[in-house]
Amino acid sequence: MSKRTLELELATPGVDAAGRPARVPLTAAAGGEPDLGEEHMLVNMGPQHPATHGVLRLVVELDGETVVRCIPHLGYLHSGFEKLGEYRHYNQIIPLTDRTDYLSPMANNVGFALAAERLMGIEITPRCQVLRVLACEMSRIISHMVWLGTTSIDLGAFTPFLWAFQQREKIYDLQEMWTGARLTTSLTRVGGLLADIPDGFVDRLRDFTKTFPKTLSEIDRVLTRNAVWAGRTQGVGTLTAAEAINQSLSGPMLRASGVPYDLRKDKPYLGYETYDFDVIVGEHGDVFDRYLVRLEECHQSNRILEQALERLPDGPINVDDPRVILPSKTRAMSDMEAMIFHFKQVMEGVRAPVGEAYVGIENPKGELGTYLVSDGTAKPVRWRIRPPSFINLSALPKMAEGHLLSDLIAINASVDIVMGEVDR
Amino acid sequence: MTSLPPIPGALRTVVARDGDTIVYVAREHLLDAMTWLKTTPGQDFNYLVDVTAVEYRDRERPLEVVYFLRSLERRADIRIKVELNPADELVVDSVYHLWHGADWLEREVFDMFGITFRGHPDLRRILMWETYAEGYPLRKSFPLRGRFSRAEQVRQALNANPEAHYSMEELSIAEAGGDLPDDMRERLRRGERGVIPEPPAPTP
Repeated sequence: MSKRTLELELATPGVDAAGRPARVPLTAAAGGEPDLGEEHMLVNMGPQHPATHGVLRLVVELDGETVVRCIPHLGYLHSGFEKLGEYRHYNQIIPLTDRTDYLSPMANNVGFALAAERLMGIEITPRCQVLRVLACEMSRIISHMVWLGTTSIDLGAFTPFLWAFQQREKIYDLQEMWTGARLTTSLTRVGGLLADIPDGFVDRLRDFTKTFPKTLSEIDRVLTRNAVWAGRTQGVGTLTAAEAINQSLSGPMLRASGVPYDLRKDKPYLGYETYDFDVIVGEHGDVFDRYLVRLEECHQSNRILEQALERLPDGPINVDDPRVILPSKTRAMSDMEAMIFHFKQVMEGVRAPVGEAYVGIENPKGELGTYLVSDGTAKPVRWRIRPPSFINLSALPKMAEGHLLSDLIAINASVDIVMGEVDR
Repeated sequence: MTSLPPIPGALRTVVARDGDTIVYVAREHLLDAMTWLKTTPGQDFNYLVDVTAVEYRDRERPLEVVYFLRSLERRADIRIKVELNPADELVVDSVYHLWHGADWLEREVFDMFGITFRGHPDLRRILMWETYAEGYPLRKSFPLRGRFSRAEQVRQALNANPEAHYSMEELSIAEAGGDLPDDMRERLRRGERGVIPEPPAPTP
């Protein structure tokens, strides 16, 4: 590509009547503007770019400032999780699920455990169900808070980022209290949980549910009717309902286009059908509607958290099946039979019957599907993750075409990708 | 085994452990079956949830390409499978023209299993890089550590020409090569990376 130079007259012609420097538009020195030609420009964005939300590389063909084509290149964070899973016991896969969508690790843990339990025909206890609902909705809040914070930074609003991350930090503290880790939670086990919630957890979470709506309304006040925010998001990256369905979008991306589909309502798991919450649906399918859907989903998650805390039953968190759940350390050291079960489980793992099972759960980013195929051994033949942000991202080229390069940032942000899951 | 549904090319039906129906479809009738499922009133499977493939540890068993379909209106799921004999060519018809969501999903199956989707508009590797030469990672014949030795993997990584897959066909920035210093362009052309050029011999 040849270099073009444009000489500009930068000298200011003096001061105006009020004594301020006169403002005049920059003009080309001689011969007017050079002919910039019809030639398209190719711009490489990423993989190291703050606004691509991870190691995503976009190659963009531009006509002036308008995106003609956008081709994503993936795989910079590919870790081969699905291959690794074929060499691990079911419970050993759970730490891998933390690392796929690392912004909502507890929900991924739940998704995998549900699929493994469906495969093995295990019914979890009522307390475990409610605790897993807590885990899923806490994950939804932190994931949406990260999305909101980073997207507002991408579009030039810094304050909501600080407010959102403050709330996220509170959930992370609770996560740390429960599992001992902020990010790599590994919360679930096949048939139960790593641990019951500690003392004081319920009170702290209840405090959070009381203060969180205030932050949401503050964010709503600075963004929703903000002219800059609305101008940069409304009518940008629009997808109709038919297009969204054809592109297999899921989660807030699908609902923002006006399709009222939420797995929590339509294929309920963990007793979600007994909670009172609304499915949030957009109208125009643009970036602004995706923002509204996610913001309102935080309110709904908060409602579910309140209800779950209200009904949290007492009782065991693990199923009573020594073939699946490890015996307590005291029993394993004092009781012969418990020790044998302990040994068998650690050395051989939990065996699943021959067959296959698919469970989709409504993750913050969309439908997280876990597909397990077993040949009767303790390790799955195939562990497939249906990655919601990978499939949502595949609609990016279609959404970006015809928009300005600066809108590409907004559109890409609105997909809510996390590259750990896109590349797996 | 229940009675066969009226899907074109249906071979047999199985109920999975999660209660979903799996219908095995003959490979040559896949597109007919998918079109029928998508467009027939009362079926309306308008949403493609996922496309993936399964290879069993038993080498005798055929590979399976698995399609998860859903009808959003009827809230119903169905799973379609096509069996491929690993000794034959691994080819099935692409369903891209029915669901655009199949675009990246089929590319991923191609990348990981080496199954070709006939009629896909842009079947390239997606997670692995385009010059990846070790094969298809999710095949059972592929060792967990990769097919090449660590030394060979390092050698290839150092020798990789990062400009090579900036080709014009897939929209690249190859033209930026014109702005590179001559000696660097020359080294890239020879495919040399990570090689420090010999210092010129001291003149006596």
